[in-house]
Amino acid sequence: MPARGLPSSSRPRDNFERSISSSAMCQCPLMTQLHPHLKLHQRILRCWCKDTPAFAMEEEAENCSRLRTRAYVDSLSLMKQGAEARVYRGQFLGKAAIVKERFPKTYRHPILDEKLTHRRTAQEVRSILRCRKAGISAPVVYFVDYVSNCIYLEDIEQSTTVRDYIISIQQAGKDVSQLYGLSSKMGQLLARMHDEDVIHGDLTTSNILLRSPFDELNLVMIDFGLSFISALPEDKGVDLYVLEKAFLSTHPNTEEIFKALLKSYTTASNKSGPVIKKLDEVRLRGRKRSMVG
Amino acid sequence: MTIVLGFEGSANKIGVGIIQDGKVLSNPRRTYITPPGQGFMPSDTARHHRSCILDVLHEAFEEAQIKPQDIDCVAYTKGPGMGAPLLSVAIVARTVAQLWKKPLLGVNHCIGHIEMGRLITGAENPTVLYVSGGNTQVIAYSEHRYRIFGETIDIAVGNCLDRFARVLKISNDPSPGFNIEQMAKKGNKFVELPYTVKGMDVSFSGILSYIEDMAHKMLSSGECTPEDLCFSLQETLFSMLVEITERAMAHCGSQEVMIVGGVGCNVHLQEMMEVMCKERGAKLFSTDERLVCSQAVFMCGTAKQFLVLSSIYCYWQSDRPLVPNPDQQGPLIGQVFQISEAPHK
Repeated sequence: MPARGLPSSSRPRDNFERSISSSAMCQCPLMTQLHPHLKLHQRILRCWCKDTPAFAMEEEAENCSRLRTRAYVDSLSLMKQGAEARVYRGQFLGKAAIVKERFPKTYRHPILDEKLTHRRTAQEVRSILRCRKAGISAPVVYFVDYVSNCIYLEDIEQSTTVRDYIISIQQAGKDVSQLYGLSSKMGQLLARMHDEDVIHGDLTTSNILLRSPFDELNLVMIDFGLSFISALPEDKGVDLYVLEKAFLSTHPNTEEIFKALLKSYTTASNKSGPVIKKLDEVRLRGRKRSMVG
Repeated sequence: MTIVLGFEGSANKIGVGIIQDGKVLSNPRRTYITPPGQGFMPSDTARHHRSCILDVLHEAFEEAQIKPQDIDCVAYTKGPGMGAPLLSVAIVARTVAQLWKKPLLGVNHCIGHIEMGRLITGAENPTVLYVSGGNTQVIAYSEHRYRIFGETIDIAVGNCLDRFARVLKISNDPSPGFNIEQMAKKGNKFVELPYTVKGMDVSFSGILSYIEDMAHKMLSSGECTPEDLCFSLQETLFSMLVEITERAMAHCGSQEVMIVGGVGCNVHLQEMMEVMCKERGAKLFSTDERLVCSQAVFMCGTAKQFLVLSSIYCYWQSDRPLVPNPDQQGPLIGQVFQISEAPHK
């Protein structure tokens, strides 16, 4: 990556040479293979041969990279637009892939937007890799494009979100007691994640997938954009509080099921004592319950 | 022909409103304004409310040109809010209800805001961003209840703005938020501030602590101006609010957004939300300007009594009978009723 702290003109040339080889040229064979008609790498090489200042070549390289990614992403099918990113489905080197593109948020100040977008892209990849290393189920990361803020991930095929699964059971009028097994599995998954000091930051039932066949309760954590690494019980407590509110708001009358999730979390985690204590504290902070006339 | 008398005094504003079948007959109010650099203490605010509530009540009747016997029902803000001011207003509401032998309705402050917003804007089933001095919540309606999808996990956004105004000694007249908004228009340098979003929740205490520590240092060194700080604070706070609203929309599959509460009258917040809605193909409903303005002066959050009364009116007109609170004993006259469910039909 280019050294972001310095203005382009003042970045050292060798730094740029490293960045162009990693962020632009090494992507070219791959992209040319995917899109033979897009021989944009030739433009970069031509640019490289010109006797132009490093910053001009760097900008050219980044623009080429953006154009190339844009052309590739536009050829994919848009799955959904979430709050953070657009998610596309397609093929990546012959494998079923998801491309998560963090697009600019025009309501945000440009400086703030660039900082947040870049940081969240990096954090997401870092947390996914940390989870996978610890044996926690998360999608495989195929490729990361920091210029266009795109992450190429494994497509968890024939899966559904836990949110949709719970809603389908509630709407079908089925006995919700079958959700206790699911909540128990969720508790175990979160306990393992927190024991690795990974704070998800956006725990909702939309951000946990259930692999097919559903009765095996094989869960996959997704969407680590707000994640970070922390060993503090405070951060883990807030993580659980975010899930609790999202869970009970999205799935009314599931208080007992969420209690089962917390019980499972407490049993599975080595560090659950202080976390649950913090969760109780956090619950009392935000909302005003006793202030009445 | 239902005429409702409503009392509101959950913070530094005291108001008495009278409505007849949705039409506002009168809406006088008073605001407890403290010197720059100071906030309002609950005990002082309650003292202010006690000193002027009867004058405001007389004013309301004179303006509406009706008599106490014409009233069908008395309503008051039951909470949430500041304990002492709420209590002082509740005592008056209960007293007049018993004196005039009228039923008494305790109304949830938040539902009042939302229902008035829905009534005015015509929004069907929006994701609601409720932002005021005491509340910051992202709310959506589901299964006969308003459910909170996201909220602040420490202080409210309005409280953050007010306390920032105290640090910079910005005037509280007409309101700190309004003065910050005007100053922000003159700022152009963006100062990076902590940005704390946790799922659909937000935290503002970190940004406030940072400003309390750094503001004077940054200003004295000439790194930025007070206007730049106002600009940067607004940009950061409102980006956080728009982001959590968008998360809730994506999570609920909603295509409508409504902003209510005192901070919701900030034009820049509305503009940012409008941009987000356009990107998502959604529709924004902002509360009518009449609800956040006092004549020509922009008065953040002074319309709460409107909101409360509207909520009662909606409920009164609904096909559900008023059910007395089972915890309360005594005759129907002066009885406390609960509005626990939102009056959706």
